[in-house]
Amino acid sequence: MENLIALLVGAPLLGAAVLLCGGRRLDKVGHWVGTLLAAASFAIGLALFADMLGKSADDRALHQRLYTWIPVEGFQADIAFQLDQLSMTFVLLISGVGTLIHVYSIGYMEHDERRRRFFGYLNLFVAAMLLLVLADNYLLLYFGWEGVGLASYLLIGFWQHKPSAATAAKKAFLVNRVGDMGLSIAIMIMFTTFGTFTFGPVLAATGEASEGTLTAIGLMLLLAACGKSAQVPLQSWLGDAMEGPTPVSALIHAATMVTAGVYLIVRSADIFNAAPDAQTVVVVVGAVTLLFGAIVGCAKDDIKKALAGSTMSQIGYMILAAGLGPIGYVFAIMHLVTHGFFKAGLFLGAGSVMHGMNDEVDMRRYGGLRKYMPVTFVTFGLGYLAIIGFPGLSGFFSKDMIIEAAFAKGGTQGWILGSVTLLGAAITAYYMTRVMLMTFFGEKRWQADAEGHEPHPHESPKSMTIPMILLAFGSVFAGGIFGVGDRFVHWLEPVTGYAHGHPPISAAAVTSATVAVMVIGVGLAYLQYGRRPVPVVAPRGSLLTRAARRDLLQDDFNHAVFVRGGTHLTRSLVYVDHSLVDGVVNGTAASVGGLSGRLRKLQNGYARSYAVSMFGGTAVLIAATLLMRAV
Amino acid sequence: MNPVNYLYLAALLFTIGAAGVLIRRNAIVVFMCVELMLNACNLAFVAFSRMHGNLDGQIIAFFTMVVAAAEVVVGLAIIVSVFRARHSASVDDASLMKL
Repeated sequence: MENLIALLVGAPLLGAAVLLCGGRRLDKVGHWVGTLLAAASFAIGLALFADMLGKSADDRALHQRLYTWIPVEGFQADIAFQLDQLSMTFVLLISGVGTLIHVYSIGYMEHDERRRRFFGYLNLFVAAMLLLVLADNYLLLYFGWEGVGLASYLLIGFWQHKPSAATAAKKAFLVNRVGDMGLSIAIMIMFTTFGTFTFGPVLAATGEASEGTLTAIGLMLLLAACGKSAQVPLQSWLGDAMEGPTPVSALIHAATMVTAGVYLIVRSADIFNAAPDAQTVVVVVGAVTLLFGAIVGCAKDDIKKALAGSTMSQIGYMILAAGLGPIGYVFAIMHLVTHGFFKAGLFLGAGSVMHGMNDEVDMRRYGGLRKYMPVTFVTFGLGYLAIIGFPGLSGFFSKDMIIEAAFAKGGTQGWILGSVTLLGAAITAYYMTRVMLMTFFGEKRWQADAEGHEPHPHESPKSMTIPMILLAFGSVFAGGIFGVGDRFVHWLEPVTGYAHGHPPISAAAVTSATVAVMVIGVGLAYLQYGRRPVPVVAPRGSLLTRAARRDLLQDDFNHAVFVRGGTHLTRSLVYVDHSLVDGVVNGTAASVGGLSGRLRKLQNGYARSYAVSMFGGTAVLIAATLLMRAV
Repeated sequence: MNPVNYLYLAALLFTIGAAGVLIRRNAIVVFMCVELMLNACNLAFVAFSRMHGNLDGQIIAFFTMVVAAAEVVVGLAIIVSVFRARHSASVDDASLMKL
């Protein structure tokens, strides 16, 4: 079976190669080729999964070594894959949700003349992401990591004729580069410390390294995770990345790409377990992002940007859980999977709404759409109930587990983290209810645009609604399937380790608190957006609202600190270069020039003056010789 | 006669020659002064040869005479051609070799 692993990556990679190199003659069939190859990857994944389920829990990891990538004495990099329970979970999520999004894109991109290219990029993205989660060493993981960065750049900037999309793609790529630098430094430290970067030997040898080294590796890995997963302080690219086509937002910015950071941290669990300081930083980053994203999500009127804030916030939950150590790893991944379902569903729903509304994204111009788009309304609604943690739906199970684990961290830290996660749950309920009410309830608020086209909201074609329905099933049932009887815990335990956390208050109390804050959040949103008509022009809002509309001033901060700081730094370097470096060089040249100008005067052409010099010189030489003899 | 006196004479001749080279402008006179200095050296060589009782100094004196004879040939040729070109034998007039 292990020989099939390469095909998981190979199928979409082949698709990308064929579609991107095949040229226009594939325009008619390109989308089918892309979708079929993504589906093939999913089918292989399912076969491997079935095979894996048949084995005992400790015997499930598969390895496949293709060839040696860089064969150098003392530095051996292999193209080799490792498929264990953690990778398997990701493979199914990526290829499964990926395939659904491919199907959805067939309808969504129908009128785009560059659809073939779009599917090529989608396949490239799926291949890179699968490579990332299947690699058996950090270097190959890095390769996939960069591939994901490239594919996201191409997809975010897919509508490159829009300057805003081109800029957003560039921004995403550059911010990601900052994180990638962290990953490369981490790999370098690993290699100098352990002499290898293969998962098995590195993670087994963590006992031999000093805690300082491990903390350094952990922090660098966290930096990498922050870049890819849009965590504070590298979060600023996510909101702008919504410039890409909506299926891209669903694929890259909800279900898969942003989860790479969580994967990296959970995969490196042994390193973080041995570096408590790094773990603390991870938890803090997760907690800050959780609130940051949630607050931003509350203020956005653009439906995709509101969902982007929500993504950031939910990934914050996962990072926080991953930072809790063995009590949290499993739940981080569990929330990741359930989130993959409902967030992909929500994004596809948002895309469906936009599809029916002439690409309008401002929720203040929606309203009352439930009558026009019943399927979208129901699937979006189920995703909504799942994300706010409505009891019984998937988000409820995974989020509740994270909140319990946060309390179980113990001590003051546990209480703080628990309260933050509860607060986050309340805000999540608030902003998601806001999105829901503004989009599907109330009076219709849309108007004709400048050219007099009035949108005629309509349900989307089958190719778009079927993926949404399937994802809605996932949103409803995934949590129950995973959560009941701790199935997911037993599944992942051999890879990530698991310790049952004991919160200071009973689990039932935590669950009741979670439900209570959810109800409060929903109620507040209902009071504000359900009972009163929503103004078409956004009110001025409080200071916090205005700040949140500007993404809590993240770009202003980056501009002030990094852009202007960088400008000042380069300017002062230029000044130093001009005044000091050039000064020394030019000064030397000028003084040599001046000196030779004086010496030149000796060369006057008068033979007698040369004779004087010669006599003088001879006299000096004779005098010196005599003097030396006398001494 | 004390051979040291020949050295005094040689020093005197050399000084006269050197002063002539530095002071006089006429190329012919300068040239003669150079010859004077060469012969002062010859005189000193011969005197030292006599004082030390070997023949090294006398041999060198012969070499010097040969070189001086060759120099006279070349030098006079240059002076004559310079005089033909510029109608002057003053060394200060021939001061074009400068920047």
